[in-house]
Amino acid sequence: MKWSAVPYVAVRALTKNTMRTVLTALGIIIGVGAVITMVGLGQGAAAEVEEQVNRLGQNVVLVFPGERQLGGVSIGGGSANTLTVEDALALQEEIPEVVAASPEVRSQRVIVHGNRNWHTRVYGQSADYLQIRQWPLESGEMFTHEHVGRAALVAVVGQTIVEELFEGADPIGQTIRVRGLPLEVIGVLSRKGMSLMGSVQDDIVIIPYTTGFQRVSGRSHAMVINVQVYNQESMDIARAKMEDLLRERHRLAPDQPNDFTIQTQEEVAQAATETSRVMTWLLASIAGISLFVGGIGIMNVMLVSVTERTREVGLRLAVGARGPDVLLQFLIEAVILCVLGGIGGIVLGILSTEIIASYAGWPALFSMEAMIVAVSVSAAVGLFFGFYPAWKASRLDPIVALRRE
Amino acid sequence: MPIIELEEITRIYRTSAVAVEALKGIDLEVKEQEFLAIMGPSGSGKSTLMNILGCLDKPTAGRYRLDGEDVSGFSRSRLARTRNQALGFVFQSFHLLPRTTAQENVELPLLYREEGLSWKEIHRRAREALESVGLGDRLDHTPNQLSGGQKQRVAVARALVTHPRVLLADEPTGNLDTRTSLEIMDIVQRLNADGLTILMVTHESEVARFAERVVTLRDGLIESDERTEPLSARRELARWLAQAESEADDRTRKSEELKEVPEAEEVAI
Repeated sequence: MKWSAVPYVAVRALTKNTMRTVLTALGIIIGVGAVITMVGLGQGAAAEVEEQVNRLGQNVVLVFPGERQLGGVSIGGGSANTLTVEDALALQEEIPEVVAASPEVRSQRVIVHGNRNWHTRVYGQSADYLQIRQWPLESGEMFTHEHVGRAALVAVVGQTIVEELFEGADPIGQTIRVRGLPLEVIGVLSRKGMSLMGSVQDDIVIIPYTTGFQRVSGRSHAMVINVQVYNQESMDIARAKMEDLLRERHRLAPDQPNDFTIQTQEEVAQAATETSRVMTWLLASIAGISLFVGGIGIMNVMLVSVTERTREVGLRLAVGARGPDVLLQFLIEAVILCVLGGIGGIVLGILSTEIIASYAGWPALFSMEAMIVAVSVSAAVGLFFGFYPAWKASRLDPIVALRRE
Repeated sequence: MPIIELEEITRIYRTSAVAVEALKGIDLEVKEQEFLAIMGPSGSGKSTLMNILGCLDKPTAGRYRLDGEDVSGFSRSRLARTRNQALGFVFQSFHLLPRTTAQENVELPLLYREEGLSWKEIHRRAREALESVGLGDRLDHTPNQLSGGQKQRVAVARALVTHPRVLLADEPTGNLDTRTSLEIMDIVQRLNADGLTILMVTHESEVARFAERVVTLRDGLIESDERTEPLSARRELARWLAQAESEADDRTRKSEELKEVPEAEEVAI
């Protein structure tokens, strides 16, 4: 058979029945589209997680009270009362690598302004907290060490508070009340977006930790100490020194375990990226299943079409097509369907990823690899699922095939 | 030298329960440029014989020499090549590819040629073949835009495009009315006059009369083999047309007479 006639015959057969061709390709379009979307979203989520971890601050070490497993069950706990404000001050003063340490005390409170109120989280922090978190102010200013020293009634609020309590008006100089305690708003934080755990970080009020301990939370121990280390290189030594210092301060015997947990930013990042990696794989395998189902759809349609086209095959055989010619024709038809479906799937995948990503609020990330893999997988699917029907067609007896009505 | 030689051809269809002997030993020689009709009632084995002659089926025993070559031992793909190069087929139900133009339908056998012809050559030969059956102005028409007779002419063009040694026609007029049947037979006779060997299977004796030799099968054996003076399809066609014209004249005369009848008719309705 003339070599250029092989693809020609296959393409003509496909274009003669546009509806069947489109419907067959649809399975693959959806399958590939799903793969692209899932991988795109998964990778976008992973990138977002990384971004979030970076936004956590530079060279940040978190000290939690009690034993706390990485990504373990006791994340929300913090019930152990082992960390004190003095521990935080000691970390900052006695370890040269530590630039700043902020003891944190959190409480869920209703805050009131005028006739509006809002349920939010009130954080007691030191004056260095925003520097540790690398979190710039949008307007006004952060409270100072002097404010902290005298437990001043001042607050820095997040964007959500501005929207919900002040309806977008400038809150600087206004007073908000927490349990009847009047706090003057002196600063507004810039927008930070979603956190690793999915909470809105902008829904926050930050006050001096002294005010937090004495007037708002009623607690006496820090729930976390946020520590900033001088630079990346001194991370390990700082960590070791912090552990020694805290053990000494807590008078722990050598055989006693730590009553606190030190976690670096990287460890948090690792846990988070591991989670998102698992998610990506999970999503990709679900999408893979839909691609597989699309392939079975192809086989189904090809089988039906072989039956439906029995007379056509019979005629081709009668006028001199050999079995391999017919086999090749049907195989190429299947592969063309799958490659076209793959290209359509890429377009569909990019569109749907953009749409979903814009709703979910994280960036979509497309990798060339995912697309190449999706299209070559779909071509392989075409070959694999197209082979049996094609082989069946090539084995037809021309006499029987021509008789078929 | 005969172009087709059958020696003691038998064909037995075996199923698990029974073995049916469709051909019980056929000896036949067909000379070049002969126009042979194979007749017989259904079940006589004429379709089986046609399949074997068309290299679509292999005899159970016996020898089949086509153009001097023994094809009874050929492999499937060798047979496919023989069909493509030496034989042309015309079927009762046309077997044109739907939604495909006349030109592309005719080009089909050339696509399966071993020695790849150029696309230009393929297009040219298909056009020529269609012109030779009088469809030069219907190249781009698809089968559903063609009448039955035109479809069969496209099928004839498709059979001719490979320049075959033998044209095999299986009930070529079975699906056609009298006039188009005569037109097709006229084309077939003309091709025969130009030197093409023709084998035609039919169960209609009127159609068989256009052949110069009629072989009749019965129960898997040749019952008779007669040479006759063939009827000219062209002359029959002319006669049929003249008759149809006079009938048409009769009808118009009658309808004119009817018109002259006063309007009483309408009241009756």
